[in-house]
Amino acid sequence: MAGTIPLSYYLAISAVLFTMGSLGVLVRRNPLIIFMSVELMLNSANLAFVAFARSFNVLTGQIFVFFVMTVAAAEVAVGLALIVIIFRNKHSIDVDLMSNLKG
Amino acid sequence: MNLTLILFIILATVAVVSAIGLLVSRNTVYAALFLVINYASVAVFYLLLGAPFIALVQVTVYAGAIMVLFLFVIMLLGADKLPKATVLPWQRPVAIGLAALLLVEGVFLFFQRLKTISTPLANPDAAVNTTESLRTLGMALFNQYLLPFEVTSILLLVAMVGVIVLTKKEKGEQG
Repeated sequence: MAGTIPLSYYLAISAVLFTMGSLGVLVRRNPLIIFMSVELMLNSANLAFVAFARSFNVLTGQIFVFFVMTVAAAEVAVGLALIVIIFRNKHSIDVDLMSNLKG
Repeated sequence: MNLTLILFIILATVAVVSAIGLLVSRNTVYAALFLVINYASVAVFYLLLGAPFIALVQVTVYAGAIMVLFLFVIMLLGADKLPKATVLPWQRPVAIGLAALLLVEGVFLFFQRLKTISTPLANPDAAVNTTESLRTLGMALFNQYLLPFEVTSILLLVAMVGVIVLTKKEKGEQG
């Protein structure tokens, strides 16, 4: 099995996935799905990192992906906790209702 | 057209279709399951790129732990089927236009440097060097990147304490 796929293919699929994620953040109103879209964007960035690491034959990209994953895990835990609290107070999680700080 | 390219095209299709499924599904549980499919296909991309450790971490941490957390919260809140939200009429077309612009911009920036990135990747020497690459990764992580690694543990601790403090009910509060 020869690895004959050019780096540009991986970058293209990464760009497409990142765009999907940003589209999800812009279009959807459910904070859970917005969160999943953010995860999708992080994931596509990870894919680009690993592809570049392979291309330049260095390990730093893979190690950075490892750290990104840890940060994503922490972020998801805190974000979901916030969603749970908001749901407890408002009995809804529509992002349009989270306007308490609006001046 | 070789076998790797066919595999790549199939995986790319699965990844993009599952991402679209995540965007359009009304039911939050379905969206989460689409995201699991996406993570699995990206994990196979990592294997193709000769990064077995990252691929397995992707499956265990993302598709395993994080998605279980998502599904747990979805079912805890009973948020799997939400009523249709009021939508601003101009929001969707504007969002799609901006996303298309972002895609064009990203692809343009990448392909402007086509010479650098169009060289086929070298043979990853799969299977032969798996143990060796794992060893190198571990050595780099625990020597050169030891400080970031330790800071990561503090970050996880802070996140854990933060979540416990956030979700703790005050005395006498009705939940």
